[in-house]
Amino acid sequence: MPRTGVFICHCGTNIAGTVDIEKAVEASRNFPGVVHAADYRYLCSEMGQDLIKKAIVDNQLDRVVVGTCSPRMHEGTFRKAAAEAGLNPYLLEVANIREHCSWVHKDIEEATPKAISLLRAAAAKAVLNESLDAPELEVEKRALVIGGGIAGIQAAIDIAEAGYEVDVVEREPSIGGRMAQLEKTFPTLDCSACILTPKMVEAAQHPNVNLITYSEVEEVKGFVGQFDVKIRQKARSVDPVKCTGCGICYEKCPSKASSEFEMGLSKRKAIYIPFPQAVPNVPVIDRDACLYFTKGRCQICEKECPPQAIVYDQEDEIFERRYGTIIVATGFDQMNPSQYGEYGYGQHPDILTGLEFERLFNASGPTGGKVVRLSDGKPPEKVVFIQCVGSRDKARGMNYCSKICCMYTAKQAILLKEKVPDAKSYVFYIDVRTAGKGYEEFQRRAAEEYDVAYLRGQVGKIFPDGDHLVVHGVDSLSGKIIEIKADMVVLAAASIARADSPELGRIVGINSDSYHFFNEAHPKLKPVETHTAGVFIAGACQAPKDIPDTVAQASAAAVKAVGLLSKEFLKGEACTAEVNQAECSGCLYCEAVCPYSAISPVEIEERYQGGTLKRTVAEVNPALCQGCGSCTVICRSGSINLKGFSNEQILAEVDAICLQR
Amino acid sequence: MATSNKTRLVDEMKMQSGQDPNECYQCAKCSAACPVTAAMDLLPHQVIRYLQLGFEEDLAKSNTPWICASCFTCAARCPRDLDLARMMEGIRLVMLRRREGNKFGPADLTPEQLEKLPQQALVSGFRKYNK
Ligand SMILES: Cc1cc2nc3c(=O)[nH]c(=O)nc-3n(C[C@H](O)[C@H](O)[C@H](O)COP(=O)(O)OP(=O)(O)OC[C@H]3O[C@@H](n4cnc5c(N)ncnc54)[C@H](O)[C@@H]3O)c2cc1C
Ligand code: SF4
Ligand code: SF4
Repeated sequence: MPRTGVFICHCGTNIAGTVDIEKAVEASRNFPGVVHAADYRYLCSEMGQDLIKKAIVDNQLDRVVVGTCSPRMHEGTFRKAAAEAGLNPYLLEVANIREHCSWVHKDIEEATPKAISLLRAAAAKAVLNESLDAPELEVEKRALVIGGGIAGIQAAIDIAEAGYEVDVVEREPSIGGRMAQLEKTFPTLDCSACILTPKMVEAAQHPNVNLITYSEVEEVKGFVGQFDVKIRQKARSVDPVKCTGCGICYEKCPSKASSEFEMGLSKRKAIYIPFPQAVPNVPVIDRDACLYFTKGRCQICEKECPPQAIVYDQEDEIFERRYGTIIVATGFDQMNPSQYGEYGYGQHPDILTGLEFERLFNASGPTGGKVVRLSDGKPPEKVVFIQCVGSRDKARGMNYCSKICCMYTAKQAILLKEKVPDAKSYVFYIDVRTAGKGYEEFQRRAAEEYDVAYLRGQVGKIFPDGDHLVVHGVDSLSGKIIEIKADMVVLAAASIARADSPELGRIVGINSDSYHFFNEAHPKLKPVETHTAGVFIAGACQAPKDIPDTVAQASAAAVKAVGLLSKEFLKGEACTAEVNQAECSGCLYCEAVCPYSAISPVEIEERYQGGTLKRTVAEVNPALCQGCGSCTVICRSGSINLKGFSNEQILAEVDAICLQR
Repeated sequence: MATSNKTRLVDEMKMQSGQDPNECYQCAKCSAACPVTAAMDLLPHQVIRYLQLGFEEDLAKSNTPWICASCFTCAARCPRDLDLARMMEGIRLVMLRRREGNKFGPADLTPEQLEKLPQQALVSGFRKYNK
C-alpha cells in the first residue's frame, strides 16, 4: 500500500473560516493509505512548501494530497515542491476545498464534511496515481506573423532583433495596413507615413524578416513548437527579382479599376502598387481589370518594362513551412454604414466614413491632398461629424465602444481647420471618451483652439437641400433641436472585425468573441496569449485600438513568441490518452472525436489459434494529444484511458465520496 | 425626488410598457428622430431623463406624452433597443388612471368633426384621453 501524506491549508480564513481544519486533519488520518496528516496557514508559502518537502522525506511518503485552492491556481507550485523532494510530480493530488467548498458555503457544519469528502476522494485517487513523464518536444526556431499592419510589422521586427527568423504573411500587395491609409496621427499629429515607412523598410531589409506579401494562410497543422503551415502566394504576374520598381508599367497601363486602398474614391491601374510607399515596391496585375487577361490584347506593360519583369503566366504558389509559434495580427475594418438609412451614406458623395475623409488629407489621395467636396470640388464650409455610427448600438450595430473614433474625429476636425481655415466643424457625440496620455488635452484643443462645436446628441436625419446637406439633430444639453446646413458629413463608423476572421480563427485554431474579435486567454493577465499554446494575438484583431496600444501589444506578443523560441525543448502534456490495443476493437470512433487529430489507425499482428492475425486498432500520438479525454468517453469497450485521469481513478473518487455516507 | 403617488409612476409605466428607462444612456437619438418635437414642451429623451430621476410632478405637467404620435420612429432608431413609443403610451395610461373623469368626450366635438373624423380615430382618441 502506498504511503500517503495529507496537507490541509487554512488559506488564512479563506478555508479555515468555513471548514473545521482540525476535524478535517483528524478525518484524513483514517483514509486508506494515509500515514501522515498536517495543516498549515499558507501552504503555498515557502515555509508551507518546506513543510511538505520535509514530511515527504521524514515519513517516506510516496503519495501526497493537498487540500487547498483550485489546481488551476497552485497545482504547479505543489507538484514542483514534491519533485524537489524526490517525488514524481504526478503522484501529488489537489483537493479543491476552497473554490469547490469553503467559498461557496457559509455553514461550517455543512462545509466541513464536504471538505472531508473531497479530501477522501483525492486520497483514493492518489493511491492509483502513477509516475508520469511529460514528453519533450522540439521547437522550430522560426515565427510566423499573419498580417502586416503596424502590429505585424512591430512584432516581426522585435522577433528578428531577438535573433530569430520570422515570416510575415500579408494578404495585400504591400505591408502597412490601415496605418498606411492615415494622414497624421493623434495625439501628436506626426505624419503617419513618416513614422510608418521607416518601420516598413526596416522589416523589409532585416536579414531575419521574410515578407510574404499578396499571400494567405490556407492551413495550419501541428502544435506549439511545430506548426506546419500551408501558404498560398498569389500570382503577382511580376517577377519580384527582376522588377526594379521604376513604375513605368503602371504609368503606361491603359486600364483602370477602383482603388481598394482609396476605398473606391479613386482609380488605380490594372497593374498597380496600392500606394507610393508600398513595400515591397513590386506591382501586381489585377487580372480582372487587365486587358490582356480579359480580352487577350494589350501587353503594353510587358513591352514597356525595362528589365522585362512581367510574367503573365505566373501561377499561385503553395508551399509549406514549419514554425515554432504564430502571431495573428490581422487588424480591423470599418463598418459600412449604409444600413443607417437616416444618414444616407452611399446616396450622396459628400457623406463619407472617417477613413474615407482621412484620405482627402493625403497628398497621394483621391483629391491630391485638397479637402474638398467630392460632389463639386469646392472646399467645405461646414462639416458635421457624427460619432458612434454603429458603435454602442445594441439594436442595429455593435454593443461596444470603438475606442478610437472620439480621438480621430478631434484630429480630423483640427486638420480640417488647418487646411481650410474658414471651415467650421460640428461633432455630434454621446460621450467624449479620451482616456490616454495627452488625449484629453488633445480633444480640448479641438474644442477650445480650433473652434470645433461639440453637440451632445445624435442626428435623426440628413437630407440634401440644393447644394447642402441638412443635418437634423439635437443638442441634449440645451434641449434644442439643431439644424445645420452642412457641406459634408463624416460618419465615425464602427471598427469591426475583419469579415474573414472566423475563417482564419478556424484555420489557426483560436476562438473569437461574439463580434468575431479574437479572444485573449485572460482579459487581464494573458492579454496576448490565446487558448491555443504557441498562438498569440496583437493589434486591432483582438479589439478596436489605436496605434500606441497596438504597438505595445505587438511587442508583448513578440516577447511571448521569443520566450517560446528560445527554449531548447518544450514540455508536452503528460496526461495523454493510451490505448489498450489488446482490447481495442478498431471502431475508431475515437479518431473521429479527437479535436487534435492525435489518433490514427495502426495495424498490429496478433497470435490467434496458432497463426497470426492482422488487425486495425487505434494509436495515440502523445505529442499531439492534449489530454482532453473525449476519446475515453466515446470508447465503447473502455480501452482508451487517460493517464492521470484513468477510469479506475475517477471511479475510485466517486466511490470514496458515495460509499461513505 | 418627488414621488407623490403610492406607486411610483415609473414603476407603473415599466409594468405597462415592459421598458426600463434605466437602459437609456441619453444619446437623444429619439429626440433627433421624432417628427413632432416642435409641439412638445419636453423632448422625448428628456421625458426618459425625468423618469430616470423620478421627476413625476414635472412629467405630469408635460404635454409631450400627449403630443407623441405613436409613430415609433424613436423605437426604430434607439441604439439601446428601447421602445420609447411604448413608454409614452405607458405614461398616458398611468396618468389617465390617476385622473378623475375623462379628458374629453363626444360632447366636446363639433358636429362637423364628428362627421369628418374616421371612426377609428375617434375610438383611439377616446382610448388615449379617457379613463
Ligand atoms: C479613420 C481612422 C483614423 C485613425 N487615426 C488614428 C490616429 O490618428 N492615431 C492612432 O493611434 N490610431 C488611429 N487609428 C487606428 C489605427 O488605424 C489602428 O490602431 C491600427 O491600424 C491597427 O493596426 P493593426 O496592425 O492591428 O491592424 P491593420 O492596420 O488593420 O493591419 C492588419 C493587416 O493584416 C492584413 N490582413 C488581414 N487579414 C489577413 C489575412 N487573413 N491574412 C493575411 N493578412 C491579413 C491586412 O491586409 C493589414 O495589412 C485610426 C483608425 C481609423 C479607422
Ligand atoms: S434613443 Fe434610446 S438611448 Fe437614446 S436617448 Fe432615446 S431612449 Fe435613450
Ligand atoms: S413615437 Fe412619439 S416620441 Fe417616438 S418619434 Fe414618434 S412621436 Fe416622437
